[in-house]
Amino acid sequence: MSIAPSRTATVELPEAATRSEDYLWTLNFGPQHPATHTTLRLVLKLEGERVVDAMPEMGYLHSGFEKIGEHLTYNQYVTVTDRMNYISPMANNVAWHHAVEVLLGIELTPRCKVIRTIIAELARISDHLLCNGAVGLDTGAFTFFLYGFYQREVIYDIFETLCGARFTNSYTRVGGLSQDMTPLVVEKIRTFVKTFPKTLEDMERLLTRNRIFVDRTKGVGVLTKEEAIDRGATGPVARASGVTRDLRKDEPYLAYADYDFQVCCATAGDCYARYLVRMQEMRESLRIVAQALENIPAGPVDVGIDQRTAKPDKKQVYSTIEGTISHFELAMSNRGFEVPCEETYAAIEAPNGELGFYLVGDGNETAYRARCRPPSVLHFAMFPQLIRGHTLSDVVAVLGSLNIIAAELDR
Amino acid sequence: MPFIPPPVDDVLAEVNGRFGPLESSLFRGQTRLIVPEARAFEVLEFLKEIGFDLLVDVSCVDYLEYRDPPMQCPSASGHRYGLVYLLAATATNQRLTIRVFVDDPDPTVASVVPLWKAANWLEREVWDLFGIRFTGHPDLRRLVMPEEFTAHPLRKDYPLQGRGERHNFPVITRDRS
Repeated sequence: MSIAPSRTATVELPEAATRSEDYLWTLNFGPQHPATHTTLRLVLKLEGERVVDAMPEMGYLHSGFEKIGEHLTYNQYVTVTDRMNYISPMANNVAWHHAVEVLLGIELTPRCKVIRTIIAELARISDHLLCNGAVGLDTGAFTFFLYGFYQREVIYDIFETLCGARFTNSYTRVGGLSQDMTPLVVEKIRTFVKTFPKTLEDMERLLTRNRIFVDRTKGVGVLTKEEAIDRGATGPVARASGVTRDLRKDEPYLAYADYDFQVCCATAGDCYARYLVRMQEMRESLRIVAQALENIPAGPVDVGIDQRTAKPDKKQVYSTIEGTISHFELAMSNRGFEVPCEETYAAIEAPNGELGFYLVGDGNETAYRARCRPPSVLHFAMFPQLIRGHTLSDVVAVLGSLNIIAAELDR
Repeated sequence: MPFIPPPVDDVLAEVNGRFGPLESSLFRGQTRLIVPEARAFEVLEFLKEIGFDLLVDVSCVDYLEYRDPPMQCPSASGHRYGLVYLLAATATNQRLTIRVFVDDPDPTVASVVPLWKAANWLEREVWDLFGIRFTGHPDLRRLVMPEEFTAHPLRKDYPLQGRGERHNFPVITRDRS
């Protein structure tokens, strides 16, 4: 953090108004700062400790993901989506292939839908644990953060057992998954479902009524319902302001229509409300996981070889002619699967908000255009509005409660 | 498809009644409405009034290398840039995609920041990566690329690799940093 005072001599400027302007000073916050958590920059205009204005700036992690999306095939690009919101890569995988399957018109198998629902909800829990943990950390509650991080470790362990990778999972494929869920994974998730509520209760006892935390977050960074809609907020940020939009209920994708869960909302719209919404959403996610886990349908995870999108398994490849042909064609660079010359937009309720992809197909195996609609950009754009009038120490509380992930911001 | 979004036929009828017949198409339950550039702002304003209060996304597609007419719409063919406005109605959960086509040499369209504040950064990103100028935008600067950058990298004539842009960046010596 570097301090650049812009104070000048005030003797020549007698007017009170100009003089108060002169006492403003500029503080450069980021791009490398522990409390930004990632690489983003804020230029704050301060009057003493009070923030008069803020200028958010992004682009420090821009690596052209959308351009790369025009050069990688629909299956390859999933590895890039891992790196977008790296706090919940599974949700990004699900979002990307959900969009591809809408473009291709693929109906998934029931087993695949349920498994994707489970992993997307586990990703949501993992994301909310980090976000709330970071808010706690930035406002001085370090123990709370460690409680959250321990449980994230358990979820990473589940993902590692599921697909071999802890962080960059790349688990989904067009029309299916990279591998089926094994009984060991089911057992691990079952244990997590049993043990996690206890930790969640501990976490709530630690922070929800903690006087310091409540004072630091209540009434800070208030976003009204009208502002939230006008500024395009989605996800927990919008729901904490009273917008009842949740794509899992409003546009039920995957298997969400089958489960009983509630959309968590608050009306205050401040940092504390966003914290509460995230805490409650973890409980609801856990309910979805618990319901889904006991009713995983039997059957294949990939769509059939007649659809020619998912690679057939080895048994089919070696024992049937259709399997051999399909395997051979999908591996060839000029065959692949057929993509309509059409355009679709499909979004899922990612932990951060509406994560959608606008895809343009041109018949080739790569997308003509792969636009990602990242929730973080719109949340970061509203930051000056939220922080105006608050103190410098509130910057980290507001920034943390918006859950800005710079890799998703810049893409 | 398991989920079909709510139909927007009533909205289309209303828009067509007011702005004359506009071409639209339907694919996988998603309705796309093609609006001429000169009327884009009024149509979007009208749509906001009748309930499409959430601007989900503003993006763009460069059709330089696209062979077919986009979205199988004859009136959309022959243009280079196609802007995408994704609208949603929070009350009815309807979604509508508005397409506005603009062309070289000076692709320009009216900014929708007066209607939705969400458009501010989204339009900045489109300007940055496609070079489409939004008239009436309060602060049209680059968003993700550095300020010194001269090209618009998501255009199709910009290669994935091989264009050396680094020599354009100013070199800051240690004593000036």
